Amino acid sequence: MNVQLKSQRTAPAKRRLGIADCDIHPVPRRGEKDLHPWLAGQWRERLHLFGARRRLGMAAGPAYPKGQPNASRRDAYPPEGGRQGSSLSFMQKQHLDANGVVLGILNPLFSGEGFTDPELSAAMCHAVNEWQRAEWTGKDGRLKASVVVPYENAPAAAAEIRHWAGHQDFVQVLLLSRTAEPLGNRRYWPIYEAAAEARLPVSMHAFGYGGAPITSTGWPSYYVEEMTGHAQSCQAGLCSMLIEGIFERFPELRVIMVEAGFAWAPALAWRLDKAWKTLRAETPHLKQLPSEYMRRHVWWTTQPMEEPEPREHLLDTIGWMGWDRLLFATDYPHWDFDDPAHALPLRVSEEERDAFFLGNARAVYGVAE
Amino acid sequence: MSRHVVAPTSDVPPGSRKLFTVKGRPIAVFNLGGDYFGMLNRCPHQGGSLCEGIVTGLLLSSGPGEYHYTRKGEILRCPWHGWEFDIRTGQSYCDPERIRAKSYQVDTAPGATVVAGPYVAETVPVRVEEDYIVVEV
Repeated sequence: MNVQLKSQRTAPAKRRLGIADCDIHPVPRRGEKDLHPWLAGQWRERLHLFGARRRLGMAAGPAYPKGQPNASRRDAYPPEGGRQGSSLSFMQKQHLDANGVVLGILNPLFSGEGFTDPELSAAMCHAVNEWQRAEWTGKDGRLKASVVVPYENAPAAAAEIRHWAGHQDFVQVLLLSRTAEPLGNRRYWPIYEAAAEARLPVSMHAFGYGGAPITSTGWPSYYVEEMTGHAQSCQAGLCSMLIEGIFERFPELRVIMVEAGFAWAPALAWRLDKAWKTLRAETPHLKQLPSEYMRRHVWWTTQPMEEPEPREHLLDTIGWMGWDRLLFATDYPHWDFDDPAHALPLRVSEEERDAFFLGNARAVYGVAE
Repeated sequence: MSRHVVAPTSDVPPGSRKLFTVKGRPIAVFNLGGDYFGMLNRCPHQGGSLCEGIVTGLLLSSGPGEYHYTRKGEILRCPWHGWEFDIRTGQSYCDPERIRAKSYQVDTAPGATVVAGPYVAETVPVRVEEDYIVVEV
């Protein structure tokens, strides 16, 4: 909001020191054709004959564009043509160099995640991981990849994680929030086991293809309800993870909530704690309050940051969550991009600002300077 | 305040827009049916480049289910978050009381007047038979 612009003047100086962007979306310029070097003939043929089917209710394909073309900034089309996010050189010029990004986490949403065909899902995910390494992280050392996995086929997902374990270009496992079952369900535990073993955090990025409506009571009419609903779907997934006991089973597991907002975290934790104190006997595998697991095991990317009036309310929220839990993200090139120069218009200490923009990301992804 | 000659009017025909730098400030100049309007090329929300937004109309409603598409070609939508601004005034529609894009007075002047001054026209060659866009900064 322009009423608070004055306090943002401290940001540019910090930006020159370098920031992390924990949510960048690259896309293959020519779609699946760009994956062919890593996609065997049988999978190409299956894609051609039967298509990439997902658990999408009431839609024939991914329901984009929304709001802006390809759900992306109109000023982010590469000059050489192609979709926003398809050109490394333009991403470097418009975003990485211009905004001082020294660590960028790639979250490809164009992948095999969520396909109904479990084998095709695995083959596509593997090809997308190879593509990230060859076309992005291998060409720009600031960029790190996410292991995309066929999460509905958990054994294959675990195998994919183990394939990349220890590879320095891969720093997390990427899940989407809208899955066939809530993400704490035991069918997904092989994923958490493999991730904990590989010491990779697991991120839950809003969106996905579970087939259920984004609200718990049916399909909303408008896109603005869906934008708000991402928080609901991520809350359901997070509740499930906290309650099913995955942090007891895999005590080393770290979870990163991506693109779902964060200001709702304290309220959700308070509600969980209140209910669990009464109902503890149902889930005796939990040894701590749900909020304690949340504070110990969960990190949050910032974009799209809530913009309360007055902005200072955010300080209370972050104070509860901890300044060591937030990971700055822009969502480049998507249209709901948060600009680092405007994202934290609050008077905070230098230490807090450094943690928010870079330090926390270096720690959680294990990427040193 | 000074008046800056930025281009011949033929450079920004009706329905188009062009970005100029005046006194170090990026200013998008729009031509709405022969009238010119200037806007700082930074969205008051997060700084998106307004010159790259689409020009659209304003959808109004007198109640759920009733819609009126008005002011076609007079509303600018930010290329990032889609906030809408009135090109004529800079007023926003998400929070019109408090948020507006910074607007600049833009006029046209015949070449003969521009040659006589007082205008600043450092980089624009001026010919008496042409009209020019003049931005007040």
